[in-house]
Amino acid sequence: MPFSKDDLKIDPAHETERIVSFMRQTVGRKLRKRGAVVGISGGIDSSVCLALSVQAFGAERVVGVAMPEADSNPESAVLARKLARQFGVRFIVEDMTAAQIGFGTYRRRDEAIRRVFPEYDPTYKAKIVLPNALDETGVLNVFQLTIISPEGEEKTKRIPPEEYLQIVAASNFKQRSRMAMLYYHAERLNYAVVGTGNKNEHEQGFFVKYGDGGADLKPIAHLFKTQVYQLAEYLNIPEEIRKRPPTTDTYSAECTQEEFFFRVPFEIGDLVWLGMERGVPVPEIAKATGLKEAQVENIMRDIRQKIRATEYLRMEPFHLDTKEEVVL
Amino acid sequence: MNQDVKTTIREFIVENFLFGDTSVVFDDDDSLMENGILDSTGILELVAFLEKEYGIRIANEEILPENMDTLNNLHRFLEKKMKLEQAS
Repeated sequence: MPFSKDDLKIDPAHETERIVSFMRQTVGRKLRKRGAVVGISGGIDSSVCLALSVQAFGAERVVGVAMPEADSNPESAVLARKLARQFGVRFIVEDMTAAQIGFGTYRRRDEAIRRVFPEYDPTYKAKIVLPNALDETGVLNVFQLTIISPEGEEKTKRIPPEEYLQIVAASNFKQRSRMAMLYYHAERLNYAVVGTGNKNEHEQGFFVKYGDGGADLKPIAHLFKTQVYQLAEYLNIPEEIRKRPPTTDTYSAECTQEEFFFRVPFEIGDLVWLGMERGVPVPEIAKATGLKEAQVENIMRDIRQKIRATEYLRMEPFHLDTKEEVVL
Repeated sequence: MNQDVKTTIREFIVENFLFGDTSVVFDDDDSLMENGILDSTGILELVAFLEKEYGIRIANEEILPENMDTLNNLHRFLEKKMKLEQAS
């Protein structure tokens, strides 16, 4: 059988059973907790994790928490509520705006944006984007800042490293404060926090360390995004959620995950990555994806580089053993 | 100039990305990305350094592996770039 998009197909019933069993064993026997808290954003991954948690622990032992802040798309909390109602779980909305103001999230981010675009003020919207990886020239990951004026005028510039790091560091308060809130609810209930990252996010490093990466278990971290969609259909996740383009929901301007990080549509990126993992020759991957070989090679290089560059996100804190020698 | 450009960039890389650790050996043709020396933040830092050090402006379209991924590529790119700057 030639390599094709069918290779990404999973048996959703079997996969659900496997994950549910893993969740029960992990939460019950290893973590010794009584249920699960899931941060729900109205996106596909968190919705699937909520549905899996309900199958694993029962709706009465699952809490869904929506944590919008000033930059969030209001539709996210509406969809999260709808999802919680459909699955019969307790639903809590925690408005995180005051926490962000306390941390200085918006102020610190806006200071850095203004150093790049002096005309920027809070009436503008902003986002960080990467060039598309389907470009045959193989342009590298160069982060660019886009601002959009209230009149809709868009300006884009490459970000200097100091400003890029400050914008990301400030924005990461959002994910880290959400993690703190999830653990508040988990600890008061003696529940576990379910992390909602998929394989693309987990392995390519599209998460915030001790932010959305901070969780007790990650039930879909082994699944490609396109496989999460297959599971979502099987688990009856509402169609509005399944049809919604995955966004970062972090920047004030609408920003898809493809623009901000992955650089290619998931149906292409996942197939190239699977082929790479299985050692499928490049011409065969090119045929299966309908891409040129140079494009496949660019995507493969981008994936390899992201996995390598974000290794530190997946590392535990380092420490010396009592008698370990170090070279002085 | 040949050796100078490569030495200058090598010093910048060792000083900024490797904390001055000269025990990390990389040749002029070794991929800086494949060897985990240069990541996406590192590229932004390297480009900012080159623009400041050599008084040039590097366009996004020029930030390609064939211009940036090895010391020899960087050297060839800068040589071409500076010739163009002088000509204009």
